Amino acid sequence: MLDVDDLSVSYGAVKALRGVTFQAQDGSVTAVLGANGAGKTTLLRTVSGLVKQQSGTVSYDGVKLSGLSVENIVRLGISHVPEGRGVIEELTVDENLRLGTLWQFNRRQRKSVLDEIYELFPPLAERRSRMASTLSGGERQMLAIGRALSSKPKLLLLDEPSLGLAPLVTAQIMALVRRLARETRLTVVLVEQNVRSALSIAEEAVVINLGRVVVADRAETVAADTQLRHHYLGF
Amino acid sequence: MSLFINLSLNGITNGMIFAAVALGLVFIWRATHIVNFGQGSMAMFTTYLAVTLLDRHLNYWLAFAAALVAGLIMGAVIETILIRPLRGKPALNPVIVTLGLFILLEGMAGSIFGIGNRSFPPAFSQAGLTFGHTKVAFSHFDVFILAAVVVLMLGTLALFRATSLGLRMRAAAFAPEVARLLGVRVGRILTLGWALAAVAGSLAGLLVAPTVSFSPNFMDLVLVYAFTAAVLGGLDSPVGALVGGLVTGLALSYVGGYLGSSLEPLGALAILMVVLSARPEGLFSRPEPRRV
Amino acid sequence: MPSPDGRTPTRLSGVPWLRWLRLPRQPLLRHLLFGAVAAVGFYLLTSSLSAFNNFRVGEIALYVIALAGLSLLTGTNGQISLGQGAFMAVGAYTLGVLTTHTHWPMAVDVLAAIVLSGALGVVVGIPATRLKGPYLAGMTLILALALPRIADKYTAFFGGDQGLTVNAPTPPGTIDPQRWLTWIQLAGAIIVLILLANLTRSRFGRSFRAVRDDEIAAGLAGIHVARTKVLAFTVAASCAGLAGAFLGLSIGVVNTGEFSLTLSIYLLAGMVLGGAGTLVGPWWGAIVIVFMPGWSNSIANSFSLGSAVAANLSLVIFGLVLIVVMMAVPMGIQGGVSWLVGRALSLVPGIGQPRGSRGPPDIATTPDITTGGG
Repeated sequence: MLDVDDLSVSYGAVKALRGVTFQAQDGSVTAVLGANGAGKTTLLRTVSGLVKQQSGTVSYDGVKLSGLSVENIVRLGISHVPEGRGVIEELTVDENLRLGTLWQFNRRQRKSVLDEIYELFPPLAERRSRMASTLSGGERQMLAIGRALSSKPKLLLLDEPSLGLAPLVTAQIMALVRRLARETRLTVVLVEQNVRSALSIAEEAVVINLGRVVVADRAETVAADTQLRHHYLGF
Repeated sequence: MSLFINLSLNGITNGMIFAAVALGLVFIWRATHIVNFGQGSMAMFTTYLAVTLLDRHLNYWLAFAAALVAGLIMGAVIETILIRPLRGKPALNPVIVTLGLFILLEGMAGSIFGIGNRSFPPAFSQAGLTFGHTKVAFSHFDVFILAAVVVLMLGTLALFRATSLGLRMRAAAFAPEVARLLGVRVGRILTLGWALAAVAGSLAGLLVAPTVSFSPNFMDLVLVYAFTAAVLGGLDSPVGALVGGLVTGLALSYVGGYLGSSLEPLGALAILMVVLSARPEGLFSRPEPRRV
Repeated sequence: MPSPDGRTPTRLSGVPWLRWLRLPRQPLLRHLLFGAVAAVGFYLLTSSLSAFNNFRVGEIALYVIALAGLSLLTGTNGQISLGQGAFMAVGAYTLGVLTTHTHWPMAVDVLAAIVLSGALGVVVGIPATRLKGPYLAGMTLILALALPRIADKYTAFFGGDQGLTVNAPTPPGTIDPQRWLTWIQLAGAIIVLILLANLTRSRFGRSFRAVRDDEIAAGLAGIHVARTKVLAFTVAASCAGLAGAFLGLSIGVVNTGEFSLTLSIYLLAGMVLGGAGTLVGPWWGAIVIVFMPGWSNSIANSFSLGSAVAANLSLVIFGLVLIVVMMAVPMGIQGGVSWLVGRALSLVPGIGQPRGSRGPPDIATTPDITTGGG
């Protein structure tokens, strides 16, 4: 379980997160919603260790994450697909995927892990020796998620996976995420601007506004609250 | 005509040496976006270590290897102590630190190893080879230089393209934050990058030493020419380092042969100015890709 | 927090603490006043010193000129230059060549040195406008190595290994020649500092700083970025030319040995030590540059370290200075050691935090990114 307790993060004088508290249960999908600049990306970056917090705790399965380096947090089973996907264009599809497996698996294990990913994402298998720069938006998202999954994580942090993607592709990816969460007990924290798709696959929802948690509740409750939706989520 | 041939051969061998040092500069630039102005002095220092071992009658190749290992260690130590703490600080700081390193190592070499003129024995004969009836300015030692640098280049290629470590290094250079999110220990990789760069420099030092009067600034001009080569080829391109090195070596050889050796540095300056005016990113540099 | 005797605390860095006295508001008048006071002070100083010490003082003065120019270029305008030594060579050789081959008065020769090095500053400064950081450093590094070698090539004209002899200027009346030379050098330093002080306070100074801090913003604000950068380069080169000419006069000979790459790096170190972008800093830097060889010798001898160490200790120390200051001063070379000293002393009870002390300028705040744990 991911436990965020009274987390505050500042960039110099700018307070990005103020006293954020919520939990993400094992095997569930938690949607983190809010307007642009609300602090959602900062939240994920703090969990994965890219950003240092000023106060509060973030722990996963009882282990405190503050003070750990990014590389060590990854080794706890936490995988972060950053905003913009972070596909490394100068490497091939296969190299991108392999990169995630290096810290954990030996040569033989890597092959079977990669085969699993290719089964999950057939378009990637077709393009495995192509440079990642040649992929379309949807393919890049598959690559980014596949790469994150290649380390067999227990907690997956997704930052706006639907960005720039056509609705059909978005739906496919969201369905895939829900399936993975259910079938493999993967915990997913999903930051999204596309509120509808996020709420359609999430069990829990956390709404953030100006760095504070406004609501943390079951997803269907949040979806049904029209006032909340108008005020903070724009529809 | 024979002058032209000899100058060309001379230019190629020098160019390979510039390429080796330039390769080190490229490694460090790709990894940490710093130009290591101390690269020449580091190579000079390890070469002094080798010559000291040779004075004590150690086997030539052991001394050679010792210099390379010393370079490896030196590069790692310098990155850890001097460069890593500067990450995130203004970009001018590492430039000045490497300049400080430049003269620090020069002073240390002079202090520790003495100021007298030494000579570094070549691994192979430096007598010109004879083809048919003509003697050319190309010796067994020059063959060794070419071979050594080619091995360096091929080794680099193999490392980067065929090993997991190489994959990590490329990822760390192209996208350090993403690499960290994938579990790559980017800090250690950068240290290794500096260590390997230093080995390339040490090799170059060992190849240059027999051909010049051996003193604490024997690598100064080599560094400057290698910098020109690296900029010409593109600071982030290993292939560019090789091509840039050869072009610079040839060009400077002609300048030195036809116009006088004192004008060589001016020739390098001219090359640099032309490159920086016409195509500042260098010949082989990749355009900055978007990250999606 | 006032000191125990109740007087207002003084700031520790630079000239501002003199504002405590009632000084004229107009910058030019203030600078002229300082200049006059300094001139009187120097006159008294040199009158009581031996010829050798006057020689030293003159040396310090000429390095002040070179460092002040470099400080303007690198500290105020943000262009790192390793070529200051090369411009000093141009100035020195201009003087040497004119003294040897013409009969023009010394003053004209010195003026020519300033003009010629300034002109070269324009020539170098123009391509330099497109270069940043390490590229500019690299280009000026090659310049520092390449220019003196031209003298090696045309030995007949430039005097070859032995160089060109320069005669010291003849003093009027019965004034001691060394003292006269030192006065000239000190006068030069004072005039240059006054001019640079005015320049820094003028709109040119604001342009220099604006371009340093953010070129694009400066351009959008209507500043002609390229012209500003070339101007800074020219001023720095002219200062170096004057300093080089003075160096030639001091030593009595001009040859390439004086103008190695080491000189340019020492100048950089001297500027870093004194605090770039200030006008008091160059004095600290110049003192260290002039006295360092002597200090190194003494240290080496008192620890019986041998002649190899004695000859090389200056290199080691200056190298360490560059490294340590860059690593210890978080905001870069604006602050330098004078800032460090100020911060250190502010921790001493009784001196207290200087009022409104302007530390080195802030870089833009960025998210606190954990560095790779390796």
